[in-house]
Amino acid sequence: MPDPAAFPPASIDATAALLTGAGYVPDRALSTVVHLALRMGRPLLLEGEAGVGKTEVARTLAKALGRRLIRLQCYEGLDLAAAAYEWNYAAQMIAIRLSEAAGESDKASIASDVFSERYLLRRPLLEALSPDPAGPPVLLIDELDRTDEAFEAFLLEVLSEFQITIPELGTVKAAAPPIIILTSNRTREIHDALKRRCLYHWVDYPTAERELEILRARLPHVGEALSRQVVAFVQAIRKEDLFKVPGVAETLDWATALVELDAVAVDPALAGDTLGVLLKYQDDIAKTDAPAITRLLAEARRASAEAP
Amino acid sequence: MSEGRLAQNVLYFGRALRAAGLGVGPGTMLDAAEAMRIAGIGSREDLYWTLHAVFVSRREDHAVFDQAFQLFWRRRAAGDKLMALLSPVAVPVAPQAPKPGLRRVEEAFFAGGNKPQPEAPPEIEVDARLTASDADVLRTRDFAQMSAEELEQARCRIAALNMPDDRVRTRRLTPDPRGRLVDMRAALRASLATGGAFIPLRRRGPSERPPPVVALVDISGSMSDYARPVLHFLHALTARRRVETFLFGTRLTNVSRALRHRDGDAALAGVAQMVPDWSGGTRIAPSLRAFNKDWSRRVMAQNPVVLLVTDGLERDADDTLSREMDRLHRSCRRLVWLNPLLRYAAFEPRARGVKAMLPHVDEFRPVHDLASLEGLVKALSGAPQPVAGVRRAGRHSRMEGTLQ
Repeated sequence: MPDPAAFPPASIDATAALLTGAGYVPDRALSTVVHLALRMGRPLLLEGEAGVGKTEVARTLAKALGRRLIRLQCYEGLDLAAAAYEWNYAAQMIAIRLSEAAGESDKASIASDVFSERYLLRRPLLEALSPDPAGPPVLLIDELDRTDEAFEAFLLEVLSEFQITIPELGTVKAAAPPIIILTSNRTREIHDALKRRCLYHWVDYPTAERELEILRARLPHVGEALSRQVVAFVQAIRKEDLFKVPGVAETLDWATALVELDAVAVDPALAGDTLGVLLKYQDDIAKTDAPAITRLLAEARRASAEAP
Repeated sequence: MSEGRLAQNVLYFGRALRAAGLGVGPGTMLDAAEAMRIAGIGSREDLYWTLHAVFVSRREDHAVFDQAFQLFWRRRAAGDKLMALLSPVAVPVAPQAPKPGLRRVEEAFFAGGNKPQPEAPPEIEVDARLTASDADVLRTRDFAQMSAEELEQARCRIAALNMPDDRVRTRRLTPDPRGRLVDMRAALRASLATGGAFIPLRRRGPSERPPPVVALVDISGSMSDYARPVLHFLHALTARRRVETFLFGTRLTNVSRALRHRDGDAALAGVAQMVPDWSGGTRIAPSLRAFNKDWSRRVMAQNPVVLLVTDGLERDADDTLSREMDRLHRSCRRLVWLNPLLRYAAFEPRARGVKAMLPHVDEFRPVHDLASLEGLVKALSGAPQPVAGVRRAGRHSRMEGTLQ
């Protein structure tokens, strides 16, 4: 039996086992692409609808491999100072005054002294390139689509060379490349240049069997019968013509909500009352009225009767 | 299968995918070879997902990859056939179809060419006078009534239009002497030039950029004369800012990538190739619905200006149209409806489709001649201003003015 935390995993099966062991249930496609990303040392770009478990991949990897997780949440206007590094201006100003007081007048030496690593504040990207006793960290660049093209362009150097060039200091290169996972909700297209540097995977909604496995793995206290009903209902509602269909995160939330309400089975009234956990748009909720819920429940029962 | 043979096949497969329009470069081929070595392919499924990981970089490409994979890895020698099947250019159906841009190259050569000009000087004089007045006539001539030659002139004038210079503030900061925030980094660097004796204040402020534009252009039969000039306009606009263009007749097609081609002819040719329903019927509500459902979240995130180009003549208008318009309106900064029917002074919003859509637009503008396009540019440059009183409620429309 090989060590499950051996890095990098020896085979696709080992990668799948690694993820499963840490509580993530991957399909074969995701296992393959994660395996390749780990073995080839390439960043992995995960795209998919909100709530299908993209961010969770990075978290699980960090947990399974015992690495540090460094997370960079993207937002509009994200700049170098917040993402990579910043100079400690206050300390720098004091240093300049002190050297003046000491009678130092050589501009070059003051400059090289003030712009040295001592005065560098490390932000997530630079942090991820620094050596770590537990091994190279997992760098999660979350919701990349929320920032702008200018920031994407800056990421190119990090993603392909695993280095950051600081004009005043020089180039900081990672001794061992970090494991980089990027996620995107596709609220805008990521530029081709960035995609080219990554392995790409579209994370889809899970099949009924896999969703049930996920539910069992994540919420073991939810009863088997209730889990089956929850999954069957969510699978049925995903086939509806909705503006935003629920993701896996919503399924887990809903199952938790039902348990909190001491439900042992899904009935129409209960489903109607807790619909806000699954659907997040008023139009969708209005469309899913009592008759629709009854129909969906019937469909769900039929589907789970057919399933083994 | 030996190692060498497999690598060769992967190479061949990659070329087939490239012919089918996937972004497969030499770097991707090397990646594929390495991925095959690393993954330790045990089954057909592993081979599938390994190659998928390397070759597919957009969700849309998945279907093409799937088809190609099924074809290619079933029959080994099918590569050539496959490439012929997948490639849009290799199909020997239209060998005489001229390359876009070729005509312009020919014209360029011909214009300076060896044919002597037969015209006599007096004729040229007359010509010049006509041209001068032509310019004004052309400005207000309906696109539908233009001859081919005039359309060509109009096209050049559209390309030369001054584009709107509206700007929105972003949250990104750039150096700005009048900015409100202090740029400490620049200040300290400037300070070191003086040995730290002074710290000159450097400032920065939010940068600005033109807001993105999303255009939804109706290409049904009743709009056929106006869709082309509008596309030329959008092509010129695409060169200057982020523009996402969708065409709809009976179904919705995203043609943004094709419009990004620098050459106008090539861009329009590319668009024509992508759209199966030129000059067909209109189904506005389902098209808007498709946009709201499949694209809204992907292209509306940057709060764009939306240009909706349609005559609003929807046969079976019901409340879905109104609902989809409402959703569209709520997801953008400004919704401008361009309607060529506004060329008629006596236009009234009688058609049910028009009535359903009008309450949800910020502006209602004509788009039938060059002057109206110039007007559009001017309107986009300024703050949102309802044209002759059409604003949300739709009751105080410009039509009221003309009815008095």
